[in-house]
Amino acid sequence: MTTVQDAVPGVIGTRVLRREDPELLTGEGRFTDDLKIPAALWLGVVRSPFGRAKILSIDTSAAKAAPGVVAVYTATDLQSEWAGPIPSAWQVTPDMKSPAHYPLASGSANYVGDPVAVVVANSPKEAADAVGMVDVEYEQLPAVVDLEDALSDRVVIHSELGTNVSYVWELNPNPDGIKTAFDNAAYVVKERYIQQRLIPAAMEPRSVAVVPSPMGGDYTVYSATQIPHILKVMLGLTVGISESKIRVIAPAVGGGFGSKLDVYPEELLCLALARKHRLPVRWTEERSENSQATIQGRGQVQWIELAADANGKLTGVRADIIADMGGYQQLITAGVPLLGAFLYHGVYDTPAYAFKCTGVYTNKTPTDAYRGAGRPEATYAIERAMDALAVKVGVDTVEIRRRNFIPTESFPYNSPAGLVFDSGDYAANFTQGLNFAGYDALRKKQAEMRASGSKKHLGIGISFFVEMCGLAPSRVLASLNYSAGGWESATVRILPTCKVQVVTGTAPHGQGHETSWAMIAADKLGISPDDVEVLHSDTAISPFGLDTYGSRSLSVGGTAVYIATERVLDKARKIAAHLLEASEEDLDYAGGNFSVKGSPEKVLPLAAVAFESFTAHNLPDGMEPNLEASTSWDPPNFTFPYGTHIAVVEVDEDTGKVDLVRYVAVDDCGNRINPLIVEGQVHGGLAQGIGQALFEEAVYDETGNLLTATLADYLVPSAAELPSFELDHTVTPSPTNPLGVKGIGEAGAIASPPAVMNAIVDALSHFGKINIDMPASPEKVWKAIQATKA
Amino acid sequence: MYPASFEYLRALSVAEAISMVSNNEDAKFIAGGHSLIPLMKLRLATPSTLVDIGRIGSLSYVKDEGSQIAIGALTRHRDIEISDVLRSKAPMLAHVAGMVGDPSVRHRGTIGGSIAHGDGASDLPAAVLALDAVLVVEGPSGRREIKATDFFKGFLETALGADEVLVEIRVPSDIKAWSYQKFNRRAQDWAIVGVAAVRNGTTRVSLVNMGATPLRATGTEAALASGASLDDAALRADEGIDPPADLNASVEYRRHLAHVLTKRALSELG
Ligand SMILES: Cc1cc2nc3c(=O)[nH]c(=O)nc-3n(C[C@H](O)[C@H](O)[C@H](O)COP(=O)(O)OP(=O)(O)OC[C@H]3O[C@@H](n4cnc5c(N)ncnc54)[C@H](O)[C@@H]3O)c2cc1C
Repeated sequence: MTTVQDAVPGVIGTRVLRREDPELLTGEGRFTDDLKIPAALWLGVVRSPFGRAKILSIDTSAAKAAPGVVAVYTATDLQSEWAGPIPSAWQVTPDMKSPAHYPLASGSANYVGDPVAVVVANSPKEAADAVGMVDVEYEQLPAVVDLEDALSDRVVIHSELGTNVSYVWELNPNPDGIKTAFDNAAYVVKERYIQQRLIPAAMEPRSVAVVPSPMGGDYTVYSATQIPHILKVMLGLTVGISESKIRVIAPAVGGGFGSKLDVYPEELLCLALARKHRLPVRWTEERSENSQATIQGRGQVQWIELAADANGKLTGVRADIIADMGGYQQLITAGVPLLGAFLYHGVYDTPAYAFKCTGVYTNKTPTDAYRGAGRPEATYAIERAMDALAVKVGVDTVEIRRRNFIPTESFPYNSPAGLVFDSGDYAANFTQGLNFAGYDALRKKQAEMRASGSKKHLGIGISFFVEMCGLAPSRVLASLNYSAGGWESATVRILPTCKVQVVTGTAPHGQGHETSWAMIAADKLGISPDDVEVLHSDTAISPFGLDTYGSRSLSVGGTAVYIATERVLDKARKIAAHLLEASEEDLDYAGGNFSVKGSPEKVLPLAAVAFESFTAHNLPDGMEPNLEASTSWDPPNFTFPYGTHIAVVEVDEDTGKVDLVRYVAVDDCGNRINPLIVEGQVHGGLAQGIGQALFEEAVYDETGNLLTATLADYLVPSAAELPSFELDHTVTPSPTNPLGVKGIGEAGAIASPPAVMNAIVDALSHFGKINIDMPASPEKVWKAIQATKA
Repeated sequence: MYPASFEYLRALSVAEAISMVSNNEDAKFIAGGHSLIPLMKLRLATPSTLVDIGRIGSLSYVKDEGSQIAIGALTRHRDIEISDVLRSKAPMLAHVAGMVGDPSVRHRGTIGGSIAHGDGASDLPAAVLALDAVLVVEGPSGRREIKATDFFKGFLETALGADEVLVEIRVPSDIKAWSYQKFNRRAQDWAIVGVAAVRNGTTRVSLVNMGATPLRATGTEAALASGASLDDAALRADEGIDPPADLNASVEYRRHLAHVLTKRALSELG
């Protein structure tokens, strides 16, 4: 492992305003749909209105005759366009079963929104009108919606697979230990939790535009994607065009949360049809399509069992989950639960650990990564189960955690699941969080309210999370059978006038990389971040990259920027030494100036070195001109951010309504490059996690019909439903990378659902055991209270 | 979502608006568009012609007429919310208008549009029902007045003729005892259940989202008239009512909410 460099005084660690914001806040951001592309054809997608149906016939004649319509295609018409199926990059077991999946369904449709035909027209309006004229005759079939029902194979969705089970993935490194733990346990807790499906609902829906070059057979693909680099490779392989002929540009992208970490039918259709029609072809998703045809997140039934000794100390943790794939595999659908597979014991030390996941198909929109991907699920299970254990053992939720934390002195910690947790001081962070929240005073207030007979019930919920992020060491990905690496690339150039270009392989879509990467380079070079430009999200500018997801960008991509900057500076130092007629070792570098130790009058600014390297008039023998360095950095390990989250709720006994009155978060993401951006990420993550706990759910009826396809029914919380977040932090630098950083993009969404749910259960604990799943709607809470009275 | 094609006409007076829709069965008035456009985008409404009455400036006003306050139908929710006349003379209406949707909805939507739309889940229709308001409409054969109690007929169906414009809403002034209880999950949402209560001699109670139209809680009103306790009266809020079920509330829970909110409203009347 590399050595840690603590945050140095300089630009790093300061609250630099995001350079991205003025454009976005004044409506000047250029999103894919904003692009003016002359002569472009527009797609309209005909989608299945049924969860499961046989496609008997498709009559396109009326649509073809409609005004402005250029062509209408079904699966049969486009069969020869595909060199392969829609890519699924994560075959989690050798015998994993996947149905054939092409951009247009043929034979049968398997979720509401499954594309069955495509209209090509001169305008989006004409395309939309013609979509309604395509006459598809369906035979509706019984659908599979419930996960346990899927497991029963009562109805097999894809008959060619013979079962709805896609795979069973197990991790059981110590079966004897598990058996002993549960045989000899003083306390056993066994809980069943539901991870409801969530609609990512990025503010910008998906959009794609493919522009063929007039000659040469090249294509420029604009897409609202998080993964321009991966998309380029996958488009090439799937549509049968050389990767080198495809340039993917992700213009301003309005959020993704994992939903734009995918290769979608519409992207493939636009490229194939641009090739076929030799014209630009584009498509922009409507909001209701976004609900149906963009991947959804979560979707699990979780069983978790804890074994503990007489002191409430964990001796074994076992999780068994069913994960909802939806109708098909998308890019990393199968692997999402595995990103949590190693973390169902959370921050607690346990000698024995086992995990099993069964992936099943259902007649619903495919699932895939959604903010936290696997880790919110794991955190939810263990953090709620720890509260249940506290009740069993008869101690406070604070005490049960204290008894079980991974001790500070055992870092780097070899986890029972086989990971190495990089660094942490859980107990200290916990104490800080409890003090910051005023935990004891809250408990006192709770007791007073209860004594007063109030029908408002105060609840305090704790969640202490750890996640693995910084995806990912490539060799570890290999061991999980993921078909790509986890490195990230960067190039740093110091131009003749000492302006700096940073080229990154990350693909920001709201995270502020332009600001943060400029800060990293500027800090190292001792110059102003204003002199650093960050280029990204264009595969012609940054040919190598693995994009943005999994809280990887800073710890992997930011580190690559740091290392490339260091290399450029090393070269500059050699030139400076030559020009100053000193040895490299005798040079100091600070504030953008080289100076000779002991001879402060001998100073050479970086700008002079930059110009010299450009004119190349007087370089050391054998040295190439120009200041430029590139690197591809493969992290040696994941990083493991953690923190204490505390939710305070007031539950109205009469209506069941939950009012979230306070939310306290003390995160440890290692060194913080820009605290302003860190806090912004926490805010957004918390809003999403609280959304999962209280508001959001993709609800399907038994035929597979999505009942929450509009934002009037799918309840994304707004600022009015959220308290002012109270944030604090601790810092344990990660030894995984030289910046000592961990990652913060997903933390809020990971930690908050169990904090809120534990608070609700706590508020009502004097009624008896409260059984409640997310989202904790007023009616569910009211019914849970009624159940204790019955 | 793109709505189906339609013609657009802009009326600058009530008379012009009426003439523009006459002889055109598929024509519809549009005021703030905040109920109609969402239906058109989902293609649940496909009018051939939209007659825009939103710029008839003479229909946007709040006038103090002594025992009544007269409100022009095109007055925006926001203007009702902040009207000094209403805040001092008919504060319930100002309060209810301030609870509609979110600020952008309140700056576009009109009181006339909300009442003419007649959605049983909307706030202002239930408020005017509890207030015993009078609705003034104008059609090809002139003006007529309709009592709020006679106005709401069925699901998105009112006593308005297709060629009639709602021009004015008249509410009694100086009602001091009132309460509006709106229960929802997010601040911007429609009520899962709402209760409006007004005491002006007798007590009138109306319910939001307990049926296809705004409804009077006749069970509660009768109980109060015969001197029942607030608790007992509140428990009769859903009497004779067949509430809907949706994702936010089952029938059972809606009935329960009607009881709880009615009790709260009555208690607030004092
Ligand atoms: C996001 C959102 C949230 C909302 N939340 C709420 C809420 O919480 N509570 C609530 O009560 N409402 C809510 N609304 C609805 C809002 O109050 C609408 O503004 C109102 O219902 C309709 O008023 P409008 O002027 O926009 O009418 P329009 O949409 O223009 O018209 C509605 C109907 O009334 C007819 N019409 C309009 N004006 C007249 C007239 N003067 N004479 C005859 N016919 C007329 C039209 O032909 C049409 O059929 C919400 C709307 C949105 C979009």
